[in-house]
Amino acid sequence: MIGAGMSMVELHEFEEEEELPAWSLPADAVDRIRVPVTLPEQVTREWAWGGSTGAGVRVCILDSGVELDHPLVGRVDRSVAVLRDEEGELHVVDDTKGDLCGHGTACAGIVRALAPDVELTSVRVLGAGYTGGGEILLRGLAWAIEQGFQIVNMSLSTTRTKYVERLHELADRAYFRRVLLVASAHNMPVESFPWRFASVISVGSHEEPEPLTFYYNPSPPVEFFGRGLDLDVAWLDGGTLRCTGNSFATPHIAGICALVLGKHADLTPFQLKSVLYQTASNAAGGGA
Amino acid sequence: MSDLEAAVAAGVLGADEAHRSLLQATVEVARAIFGAKAASVFLLDEEADELVFEAVAGEGEGELLGMRFPAGTGIAGWVLTTRQPLIVDDLSADTRWSRSAAESTGYVPKSMMAVPLLAEERALGVLNVLDRPAESRVKLREVDLLGLFANQAAIALDLLQRARRAREALAGEGRLAPLARVAARLEEGERDTAFELLRALERVLTEQS
Repeated sequence: MIGAGMSMVELHEFEEEEELPAWSLPADAVDRIRVPVTLPEQVTREWAWGGSTGAGVRVCILDSGVELDHPLVGRVDRSVAVLRDEEGELHVVDDTKGDLCGHGTACAGIVRALAPDVELTSVRVLGAGYTGGGEILLRGLAWAIEQGFQIVNMSLSTTRTKYVERLHELADRAYFRRVLLVASAHNMPVESFPWRFASVISVGSHEEPEPLTFYYNPSPPVEFFGRGLDLDVAWLDGGTLRCTGNSFATPHIAGICALVLGKHADLTPFQLKSVLYQTASNAAGGGA
Repeated sequence: MSDLEAAVAAGVLGADEAHRSLLQATVEVARAIFGAKAASVFLLDEEADELVFEAVAGEGEGELLGMRFPAGTGIAGWVLTTRQPLIVDDLSADTRWSRSAAESTGYVPKSMMAVPLLAEERALGVLNVLDRPAESRVKLREVDLLGLFANQAAIALDLLQRARRAREALAGEGRLAPLARVAARLEEGERDTAFELLRALERVLTEQS
């Protein structure tokens, strides 16, 4: 388990970079922590993302890679891959292979269609062989959090319980660092992660054709439903493919989150979740 | 589970064939329910990092069994690694995929529903439903239905693998092979004596540990 040990060391080093924890609040410090955004009495879609194009928001696609120069994806600011060297150690390296199966490109295209001015980064954690995928996923996610992307799209999950604790730790770390994890839910009778964690935004599919239609689910663990049925998504070789799946509902919600953060950059993940809740198509703020 | 327990649980003799029939029945029902041209199950061979056709109903039945291809790429590979079901309605648009499918199987499907086969925390393979009727637009209810079939296929596949492991342990150079050969050679009366001896051995081992 070289990979597991190494990853823990990395997380530990990462932790040491943080400032000393503040577990109490002296009276003279209150002014320093005034919060920049207060939500209006009625959050509307106009308030939430009216006029936003997602400009200034950095979105990470944690997937099979993203094809460069795809007309539906446009500019990809950076592409990296998590690769294992001969000694079995994992490294995050710049990558020119694009997308190995088409799926990451599909997710990137959906985010781009909703939020045309976001910065996209691809982290390839899938497609280079099946074995050892869990360690690669964890390493890629840790890197994305370290890089401080505002949004990480995760149209994937793992069922391996041995990764759950570390995945949970990373999800909480992301939550406190304002890295929003948007993760695909799983509609099969099996437990999988990270979408079940309360610190992420979990996404299932609805059957409607409108990309900005999304619903809050009052019976979690799936918290939101996005468009996931019969989509023409970007695919390999500059093409498109008609697909269905929660994997494609997830980047719809990620794209909407990018629009909101493009307008309200200081929102925390819990505020952003509240904004989604209040602007969902089944909520009072969902119509305008 | 130990090899011997697995062997006993699987019933070993004939279990392989029975579980294969169960898997075959599952893909046949899946094909019929969705009105599809074909349905198949891929088994993941983790050591070789390859997917193997383990059951096929409809188009390709007979020729495809046992055929292998790399596990990490393509739509089935993606379904396996992400653990997410995926439905694709115009496979011909995925030129790389259709070319490789045509080369390896001689049959190029137009549409595909693929769902991972999961047993507890392991991913065992992928269930595919190919070429539903063109007029049947996919609904999310179908995805849920596919998930239920996948659950059944995963159980059958899990049993099949257990039976194979048990048979391997009891055959040829397997660890339990000498035990199986001795047990098979003994006459009825001697067999009882042999098992009495084994129980005594177990007691001694238990006391020592």
